[in-house]
Amino acid sequence: MNALHLNMVTQRAVEEGEAMEAGKTTQKYFDVCTVIEMNADDIKAMEIPPNAIVKVTSECGEVIVKAIIARQTCPRGLCHMRQSVWANQVVPPRTQSTGEPQYSGFPVTVEPALDARIVPAVELVQKACNKWNGKLLWPM
Amino acid sequence: MSEVIKNVACPYCGACCDDLVVTVENGKILEVQNACVIGTEIYHHASREGRVGSPRMRQPDGTYKDITYDEAIDYTARMLIKAKKPLIYGFGSTNCEGQAAAGRVAEEAGAVLDNCASICHGSSFLAIFDTGYPSCTLGEVKNRADVVIYWGSNAAHAHPRHMSRYGVFPRGFFTNKGHRGRKVITVDPRYTDTARCSDIFLQVKQGHDYDLFDAFRMVMRGYVDDVPEIVAGIPKEKILEVCDIIKMGRYVHIFFGMGLCHSDGRNHNVDIAINLVRDINEITKCTIMAMRGHYNIAGPGVVWSWQFGFPYCIDLSKGSHAHMNPGETSSVDLANRGEVDAFINIGTDAGAHFPIRSFEKLGSRVPMVTIDPSVNMAATVSDVHIPVAIVGVETGGICYRMDNVPIQYRAVVPPYNGILTDEELFNRILNRMLELKTEGIECDGKWEYAKPLPSLIPVKIEPEA
Repeated sequence: MNALHLNMVTQRAVEEGEAMEAGKTTQKYFDVCTVIEMNADDIKAMEIPPNAIVKVTSECGEVIVKAIIARQTCPRGLCHMRQSVWANQVVPPRTQSTGEPQYSGFPVTVEPALDARIVPAVELVQKACNKWNGKLLWPM
Repeated sequence: MSEVIKNVACPYCGACCDDLVVTVENGKILEVQNACVIGTEIYHHASREGRVGSPRMRQPDGTYKDITYDEAIDYTARMLIKAKKPLIYGFGSTNCEGQAAAGRVAEEAGAVLDNCASICHGSSFLAIFDTGYPSCTLGEVKNRADVVIYWGSNAAHAHPRHMSRYGVFPRGFFTNKGHRGRKVITVDPRYTDTARCSDIFLQVKQGHDYDLFDAFRMVMRGYVDDVPEIVAGIPKEKILEVCDIIKMGRYVHIFFGMGLCHSDGRNHNVDIAINLVRDINEITKCTIMAMRGHYNIAGPGVVWSWQFGFPYCIDLSKGSHAHMNPGETSSVDLANRGEVDAFINIGTDAGAHFPIRSFEKLGSRVPMVTIDPSVNMAATVSDVHIPVAIVGVETGGICYRMDNVPIQYRAVVPPYNGILTDEELFNRILNRMLELKTEGIECDGKWEYAKPLPSLIPVKIEPEA
């Protein structure tokens, strides 16, 4: 199994929009957003099956998600995460003095992490803010 | 007895579809017609079990306790007075009345007032300040445009009915053949669902939009021979083919989205897009429009420009005048540098949509109030969460569509549990601030509630063991 260096974009998907309006603490939001969409050949090159769990690392963080074949085709070398709590774990906060973070076009390393746990949104945010008390108050 | 309400405007995206038909009975929403899947979800969410029915305050053990509106308003008013530089951010999902009321609060508090454009089309504003905005209304696109370009915009996903109402499929006054009479071109690094609906797809190399715009400009200005054989991954003959279609068009329109604003170059990508529109206008009619995200994210630009002279990133902390300087007064940059000492998240979710490295500096260090109908990520780390009525579902008001046309929104059901609207809430916060100031509460940067929470487990961000 290999690690890959890819270019990441994080943008809206209609599945994410629908789940977001249903609620960010729901299972639906968790299911549709904890994915990284990749070219099928890139997934092959990693020597993992589609839907395997991977670790995505950028210059400023990392996140555990599922690698799926992109529903909207990505060319090789490009990957996409639906804008969400998980994507924003790796989005660099640099803004080129415009106020807008680097949501699209930043380098990431994707490597297999088959036994890793995908962390729920509330846990990720509360841990980052030092407000995690060890249990999910909003069960999914 | 059920009631059918027609011509309801949808509170999701900037397309502001105002042809929804909503069936309600006894204050519950039974059915939504004509809306996209996301809009439908908003209406059903309003009637779903588990809504937050009263303000809540975070307890030391991390749980939440219900408090009264008076207590929540008092907390917020004290926080705003005591903080030296509070940040009030959000407003994509509220009406203009609420935005205006928040502007008055921000002025009284000496706050930084910012909206979601700051992380969305903020760089488009910068380009528009520099270069101008040769735009039009969506009605003109529908009725006139025979060449439509979606550049860095995935309308099929972010504005699901945009293509059927305005961009691709509708039959208009001069476009009575609908999509058969229109040439649709999509420029995107991914083969998106919008690209699938297009006649021509240009798969631009991610982050190289500027190069491609430059090549288009060269062709429009007659420097065809100097265009390289491949630009941004697109062969020269494809560029010339698209330029011919543009030149032959009677009315060309460019919709641009986050592909330009979130990639390297930011405002410069939009700048050159507007300059391309200028060049095309030497040959045929051409207009351009930003694909604004939220249904009323154009609203703060209009309302605050009228109140303060600037559309976003407005620093009112000087007390004497408003000051705008993205990069300095923009929410993400303020958070990155730790320059604010209180935070109000309203009508958006900074917890989910800021990069976590920015948001953690707000969420872990400053007192925070979230004003939102739902439990969002910001609410899960806020000291106080104040629920408000959902605009377009439980309260009406004015909202500006992506083409800056005001649309009158209306309520279809009464507010859940009698919760306040954004406007009522901000008016009451302002009144409480004025009362507290007469009682002698002053800005001293000291905030008695901003204590560490001892019973919480401190966590360093590291992979799970």
